[in-house]
Amino acid sequence: MSEMTTVSRGANATKEGAAARPKMRRPVSPKIYSLILLVALLGAWEGGVKLFQVPQWLLPPISDIAVALWNGFATSPFARDGFWYHSFITTAETVLGYLAGCGFGLALGVTISQTQSLEAVLRPFIVAFQSLPKVAVAPIIVLWLGFGLASKVAIVALLTFFPVLITALAGFQAVEPERIELLRSLSASRWHIFTKVKFWTALPFIFAGLEMAAAFAVVGAIVGEFVGAQAGLGVLILQLDSAMDVGGSFAVFVILSLMGIALSAIIRALQNRVLFWQPRQQSQRTINL
Amino acid sequence: MTDAGQQGALSREFIRISRLRKIFGPGTASELIALKDITCSIREGNFVSIVGPSGCGKSTLLRILAGLLDYSEGSVTMDDQPVRGTRRDVGVVFQNSILLPWRTVLDNVMLPAEVLGLDIKAARHRARELLAMVRLEGFENRLPGELSGGMQQRASIARALLHDPRILLMDEPFGALDAMTREQMNMELQRIWAESRKTIVLITHSIPEAVFLGDVVFVMTARPGTLERVIPVDLPRPRNMTTMSAAAFGAKTQEIRALFNHAGAFD
Repeated sequence: MSEMTTVSRGANATKEGAAARPKMRRPVSPKIYSLILLVALLGAWEGGVKLFQVPQWLLPPISDIAVALWNGFATSPFARDGFWYHSFITTAETVLGYLAGCGFGLALGVTISQTQSLEAVLRPFIVAFQSLPKVAVAPIIVLWLGFGLASKVAIVALLTFFPVLITALAGFQAVEPERIELLRSLSASRWHIFTKVKFWTALPFIFAGLEMAAAFAVVGAIVGEFVGAQAGLGVLILQLDSAMDVGGSFAVFVILSLMGIALSAIIRALQNRVLFWQPRQQSQRTINL
Repeated sequence: MTDAGQQGALSREFIRISRLRKIFGPGTASELIALKDITCSIREGNFVSIVGPSGCGKSTLLRILAGLLDYSEGSVTMDDQPVRGTRRDVGVVFQNSILLPWRTVLDNVMLPAEVLGLDIKAARHRARELLAMVRLEGFENRLPGELSGGMQQRASIARALLHDPRILLMDEPFGALDAMTREQMNMELQRIWAESRKTIVLITHSIPEAVFLGDVVFVMTARPGTLERVIPVDLPRPRNMTTMSAAAFGAKTQEIRALFNHAGAFD
């Protein structure tokens, strides 16, 4: 409750501050420049392809990609050759795998951090598994779990599990001893020390892990689908490629990057809500770790 | 408890420390005698300042009183009960305010109630009263990051008083503040002590601060940490800025400074 009021008051203060100085010229947002640059690049692409008559299989014109996107989404959501169906499959794999991997990574991080000796024993194993390129395991997982949803969810979970585990462990270790001492001076139980201090202090680290994991999640789903699947955007890319429909492939790339952007936007929104108490600069620094 | 009982308690020796010794890393190459044969007592309701150079073990002594640290030899009792581990009737104010940045000021002050399982509604009422006492009315819903250093330390004093401890242990609470704020905080602390009637043990390395606030000043010297002398301060209360310029005040600080010079602390 009180947290909410603080956030909204902070927002009001900013608005008032802006209203108090209406005469000041607002600097042009860099977003505008980004947009102008995007339009210019797309225009150059379209013009260049047309002008130099680049073959369609090498680089399709933007208009081809737009048309492919339109046609792909103008189908029934259940049509096996439409974008809706495949996007839904890949999204489901990504989200389910992400939730499973992050959840499991966080749970294991919490458990391990409770006992220092356990962390010391397990650390070499974690480091060894972390340095293994997880996509190399994808074929085996498909062999074990089949061509359905399960194998892709497992691959995504495997990829997202480690960043969250590692950052959570780092976060629980980063707790200031004086905060623990404060709790100890109040005869606090281990449970209270965890819920009142350790968990909160680790949160910025955990969010850095969640954001890293978000980027890995889509990669995992696509790699899994490349290795072996019946549906999904990865499968669609392979199909379009073999049909030499390069415009279609590029359209799928657009969908994939939108998916990635959406996922990390959700994480960031969640982070801004939960880490309202952190100075913006500081949280940014943690993310870049 | 009857009035007569309370009167009796006030004049009674609350804390007794006898031949207290603390050795860090005993039997190792880095063995360090932090405290050597400390014997003293603290009366209920008294304001005790402990002053000494860095490394004299004054923080170690405070942490032993708080139950945060075990001792090696001797005895420490509160109400004739040996101190082993932390107690619910002790409040600690640390050098840094250690406010949790994700909690509002009010929620920070409420922390002891949550941890000790007190009645939350009653505690919230008390927290607001304490915040008023430390002059933080209207800042209840701010985050600690929005407060100045002095305000943060005042909030941490309110937090230490929430569960109505009998004794307040303060470990160089104003060490990080600038000189002006520090003088103000000394006045505030005197007022808080007068209003709350707690026993207060204040660790400081400022001789004027120790004399200004204390009913009695424990002077400690370093290597090994020993209690050099117990000096009663009989300056009239309430003390204020004119007290500091009084001749008696100067004489007391000079007396303590001479003890350090004699012990070679300023060599």
